[in-house]
Amino acid sequence: MLSIKNLHANVEGKEILKGINLEIKAGEVHAIMGPNGSGKSTLANVLTGNKSYEVTGGEVVFDGKDLLDLDTETRAREGMFLAFQYPVEIPGISNATFLKTALNELRKYKSLPELTPREFLERIKEKANILGLDETLISRYVNVGFSGGEKKRNEIFQMLMLEPKFVLLDETDSGLDIDALRIVSDGVNVYKNEKNAFLVITHYQRLLNYIHPDFVHVLYKGKIIKSGGKELALELEDKGYDWIKTEEVEIDKA
Amino acid sequence: MTGKEFYIDNFKIFQEKLNGESKSFLNEIRKDALKSLSELEFPTNKVEDWKYTNVTPILKQNFVPAVNASVPKITEKEIQSYLFQDFDCHLLVFINGLYSEELSIVGQLPKGAVAGSLRNLTKENPELLSKYLNKISITDNAFNALNTAYALDGLVVVVPDGIIIEKPIQVLYLNTNDKENVLSLPRNLVVAGKNSQVSIVANYRGAGEKIYFSNIITEVFADENSIVDLCKIQNETDDSFHIEKVQAIQKKNSVFNHYNITFGGSITRNDINSRLDGENIETHYYGLYMVNGKQHVDNHTFVDHAKPNCMSNEVYKGILDDSSRGVFNGKIIVRRDAQKTNAYQQNETILLSNKATIDTKPQLEIFADDVKCSHGATVGHLDETSEFYIRSRGVPQELAKSMLIRAFANDVIETVKIDPLKEQINHMIFEHLHRVEIKTE
Amino acid sequence: MNEVKEISKENNSKGIKPVEETSDDMKMLDDLTSSEYKWGFVTDIESETAAKGLNEEVVRMISKKKNEPEWMTEWRLKAFRHWLKMEEPTWPNVHYPKIDFQNISYYSAPVQKPKLNSLDEVDPELLKTFEKLGIPLEEQKLLSGVAVDAVFDSVSVATTFKASLNEKGIIFCSVSDAVKDHPELVKKYLGSVVPYTDNYYAALNAAVFSDGSFVFIPKGVRCPMELSTYFRINSMDTGQFERTLIIAEEESYVSYLEGCTAPIRDNNQLHAAVVELVALDEAEIKYSTVQNWYPGNKEGKGGIYNFVTKRGACRGNHSKISWTQVETGSAITWKYPSCILQGDYSVGEFYSVAVTNNMQQADTGTKMIHLGKHTKSTVVSKGISAGRSNNSYRGLIKIGKNAEGARNYTQCDSMLMGDRCGAHTFPYIEVENESSKVEHEATTSKIGEDQIYYLNQRGIGTEDAVNLIVNGFCKEVFKELPMEFAVEAQKLLAISLEGSVG
Repeated sequence: MLSIKNLHANVEGKEILKGINLEIKAGEVHAIMGPNGSGKSTLANVLTGNKSYEVTGGEVVFDGKDLLDLDTETRAREGMFLAFQYPVEIPGISNATFLKTALNELRKYKSLPELTPREFLERIKEKANILGLDETLISRYVNVGFSGGEKKRNEIFQMLMLEPKFVLLDETDSGLDIDALRIVSDGVNVYKNEKNAFLVITHYQRLLNYIHPDFVHVLYKGKIIKSGGKELALELEDKGYDWIKTEEVEIDKA
Repeated sequence: MTGKEFYIDNFKIFQEKLNGESKSFLNEIRKDALKSLSELEFPTNKVEDWKYTNVTPILKQNFVPAVNASVPKITEKEIQSYLFQDFDCHLLVFINGLYSEELSIVGQLPKGAVAGSLRNLTKENPELLSKYLNKISITDNAFNALNTAYALDGLVVVVPDGIIIEKPIQVLYLNTNDKENVLSLPRNLVVAGKNSQVSIVANYRGAGEKIYFSNIITEVFADENSIVDLCKIQNETDDSFHIEKVQAIQKKNSVFNHYNITFGGSITRNDINSRLDGENIETHYYGLYMVNGKQHVDNHTFVDHAKPNCMSNEVYKGILDDSSRGVFNGKIIVRRDAQKTNAYQQNETILLSNKATIDTKPQLEIFADDVKCSHGATVGHLDETSEFYIRSRGVPQELAKSMLIRAFANDVIETVKIDPLKEQINHMIFEHLHRVEIKTE
Repeated sequence: MNEVKEISKENNSKGIKPVEETSDDMKMLDDLTSSEYKWGFVTDIESETAAKGLNEEVVRMISKKKNEPEWMTEWRLKAFRHWLKMEEPTWPNVHYPKIDFQNISYYSAPVQKPKLNSLDEVDPELLKTFEKLGIPLEEQKLLSGVAVDAVFDSVSVATTFKASLNEKGIIFCSVSDAVKDHPELVKKYLGSVVPYTDNYYAALNAAVFSDGSFVFIPKGVRCPMELSTYFRINSMDTGQFERTLIIAEEESYVSYLEGCTAPIRDNNQLHAAVVELVALDEAEIKYSTVQNWYPGNKEGKGGIYNFVTKRGACRGNHSKISWTQVETGSAITWKYPSCILQGDYSVGEFYSVAVTNNMQQADTGTKMIHLGKHTKSTVVSKGISAGRSNNSYRGLIKIGKNAEGARNYTQCDSMLMGDRCGAHTFPYIEVENESSKVEHEATTSKIGEDQIYYLNQRGIGTEDAVNLIVNGFCKEVFKELPMEFAVEAQKLLAISLEGSVG
C-alpha cells in the first residue's frame, strides 16, 4: 500500500531524514520507534505534505500513486490520515462544520453524494459511542479548550468518521492516562482490518501493548537502523535507546 | 474652486431651495455650522486623529449637495435587491440622504413613537427635535461642520418612555446618481426614552455611474434603562467615500450595542463615540472590516467612562487583502469618578496580502484606580498550522482558508441578534471572499 | 476619602496628625510618606561651573575645556545650529512649565588635577560621595566584578578595572578620552544611531554634551564583567548632558549598567542624555538602567526633568539588544529606549518598570523598528502609579515591508494605587508585511485588595504585602536585571511606593 524509497527531507535547511526505506502492505501495523529528534514526526509531516518540510530526495508510492506529487488535501482524500501529536485549536469552527466539510469533500472526490444531515448525525452518534465521547463535543470549536486526552480522542474520532486507508499515529500515547490510552487503542483496534494499514510512531513501547504491531522499526538520526517483529520493541524498552546508539557505531564501522 | 469654498458657496443655492424651511430652528444651527466650516480646516495627516488617513482624494472632488443635485428615479423593485430580507421590519428609504416617502413602509408604531425623516419632523414637531438635535454631537472637524451646515434630512427615531418598538427599523441609505457627483448628508437622531427599546439596521448601499460622498452624523440619546441596538452595514461602491460620526450619550442602566460592518467604500472613516453618563451602563462595540483592492478603512472608537460601575466591551476584527489599508484607533477613558469600571477592547487584523497594511492604536487612559481594563491588538496572517490541519482532513486549500476567515469573523457576526440578518452578513462575507479570490500559492 | 487624604497631607507637613484620621492604615500612610529621598545630600566640592546661558561661544568653550579636536568642535556647532531651528516637542503626556534654556549652566566639573594617574589622586570628597551612594571606586573593594565609570556632574571622575579590560582589547573609558584616544571609532559611530537631527534634546545634547561612557568590545570577546556607569548630578542649576556610546563587534557580548541620583534641589534640573548602541553580527548588548534621579517633593517642587534618547541598532544578522529599565526617580521621565532591527534574525527586547508617586510624571516606552527578515521583539512594560502621579506607556511597533516573518509580542500592565493617579497606554502598531505577527496585550487594574487581605490574614503587614505584590507584578522585568541591580531595584521600588496604599 505504501512504499517509501530512500526518502530524504530537510527542516529549515537541516537534513533530518537521511534515506528512509519502508514497505507497508494492507492489513499490516508497523511501529516506528526512536529517541527524540530522530526524525519520527518529520516522517509523519512529510507523508502528509506539510510545506515546512522539504523533500530533497527519494520517492513515496501510495496505492500506485506518486504521493509526493499530491497536495495535502488530495493525500487525505486518497486515504492518508495523520493523528497529530499536537492537534491545533481552531476557534470559530465547530467540530460539526469541520467534519461535515471534510466528509463532503471526501465524498465529492469519490463521486459520492453528500451525506444528508440525518445520515451525518447518525454517523457521529455511532462513532462517538465507540469512543465514549460526549455528543456535545460536536458543537464545540475544534480542539478549543480540550484536555490533552480529549484532543487525542478527537483525532481518533475523526479517523473513524473519515475512514482512511492509511493511518499515521504520531505519538498518540503521549500525555494519555491509562484509561484514555485504552479508549484510544480500542478505537484503533475496532477500525483495524485487512484493507487498511497503520504506522504507529512512538517513543515508548507502552502503546504497543494495546496496538500490536506486525513490524517494529528503529529510527535513529534520520535512518531506519533496525527492523524486526514486536519483540524488538520489548528489547528496546529493556535496554533503552543507548543500546541502539552502540549498534549504530558498529554499523558505521561496517 | 475646490473643497471648502465650493461648499460654502453652494450654501446659498441650498438656502434658496429650502423655501419656507429656512425659517426653522434648524437654520440657525446650519448658519453656525457654516461659520465653523469657514473657520475649520479639513483634517490633514498632521492631526494625530487623522495621521493614517489622507482625505485629499475626497477634497479634490466637488460633490454637489444632494438637495442641489438632480433626483434619480428609483423603483420599488430596485430597492428590493438592496434590502436585508426575511425579517419583519419597518422600512425607511433615503436616496442620497433624502427621505423617500413612497419607497418607505413604516408600519403601526406604538403611541408617541416616531420613525421618520428629519425634514418632515422639522416642520411637524420642531419642539421635540430642538431638545436633542446637535446637542449630543459637537463639531470636531470640518466634515462635521459640513454635515451640520447642510443638515436637512436623515433618520429620526424617538421612542417615548416605557415603549418598546418590537420590530427592527431597517433604514436603507442608497446613494446613486448617474449625472453628478453627489454629496449625501444624512443627519440621524435616535432618542430612546426611559425603559424603552429600539433596534435599527442601517443599511448603506451604493449604485449609479458617478461617485458620491456620504458624510454622516448620527446622534444617539439612550435614557435610563433603555436598550438601543444600532447595526450598520456599509456595502457601498468601492469608489465612493464614506465618513460617519456616531455620538451617543447614555444614561444610567442603559445598554447601547453598536455594530459596524464595512465591506465597501474607497475611503471609509467611522468615529464611534459614547459617553457613559450614569451608573451601571453597558456599551458594546462590534466591528468587522473586510476590504480589498485599494480600499482604505479607518475606525476610530471612543468610550468615555464618566461614572462608576459601568462596563464596555469592544471587539473589532479586520480582514485586509490586496493593497488595502486598515486603521484602528480605539480609545477608552476612565475618568476619576468612574470607579469599578470594566472595560475591554480587542482589535485583531488578518493580512491576506503582502501589500495590505494595518495601523492600530488601542489606547487606555485611566484616572480611577478600582478598575479592570484591558486591551489587546494582534496582527497576523492566516494560521498555517490550522490550515494544514484542515487540509490534512481532505478540505481544499481555498475552502480551508475561507473557513478560517469566517471563523475569524465569527466573534463579531455571532453577536448580531437578528438571525436572518446574521445569515445575510455571513453570506456577504462569503461573496466578498469569492470576489477577493483567495490566493493559492 | 479624597478629602481626608488631602487634609492629612497638609497637616502632615506641619507634623500635626489630622483629627479625621481613623484607620491604622492612614497612620501608616502618614508615617511612611514622610520618609525622604535618601540620596539627596550635596557634596561640598570645589567646582568649575560655566555661567548660565547657551550660545556658540559656550559650545566652543565646552569643546575647548575638553581639549577636543577641531572635527568634534565642528560637529557640536552643527548640532547647535540645527537645534536653534527646532521646536520643543509638546506631544508627550506630561506637563511642565516651559524650560528657559538660557537659565541653565551647561558645564560643571569638580576642580581637580589635570591628569589623573590613579584613583589615589581623585579628590577624597568625591570618593566619599560615591561611597555614600554605595558605589565604591577603589578596585580592591570591588568584589562583585563590576567595572565602574563614575560621572560627577558632567565629568567622568574615575573608571575602574581599565587595565584588566584592556588586556582583552575592551575599551571602557569616558567619551572625552575616547575622542582623544580612539578618534576613528568615535568618528565612525558617534551620531550614527541618534543623529543630532533626531529630536530637540538629541540636538541639544550633541551641542553641549560634556562626558559619558564609551565602550568598545572587539570581535569575538565576551566582556568578563558587568560594565557600569554611575551618574551623579551635584551642582545647582546645571544641566547634565552625557552621552554614551557602546559598540559590540561581531560575536561579542557586553552587559552594561547605569545608575543615577541627584541631590534635593528646589529647582528643576534638566538631564538630556543620549545613548547609542551598535551591535554587529551575532553580537549582544544588554543595557540595564536603574534611574533614581531626585523626583521632587510631595508637592511636586524640584526634581529632575529626565529627557533621554536611547537607541540601539541591531546592524548585524542574529544580533541582539536588550533594554531593561527600572524608573523610579525624576519629576518627569520621558524616554523610549528603542531598537532598530536591521539585521536578519536580530532581536530587540524592552523590559521596563516605571513607578510614579506623588506628583511624578512618566511617559516612557519603546520603539521596535523591524526592518530585517525574521526579526523578533519582546516588550514587557509594567507601570505602577500612586499618589497623584501620571504614568504613560507609549510604544511603536513598526513592521517594515521587507521584514518577512517578523514577530512582536508586547505586554503592558498598569497597576493603580490610590484614586488620584492615572495610567495611560498609547501603543502604535504599524504593519506593512503580511507574514509578520504582532500581538499586543494591556491590562490596567487596581492593586488586588483580596490579595492584600489574604497576605494580611497570613500575618503579613500591609506594607510588606504591597511590596510582595508589586515585586510579583514586576518579576518579569526584574529577572532580566543582573543580580545586584535587581536587589537594588526592589529596594528602590519599596521606597518609592512607601505609604502609597492607605
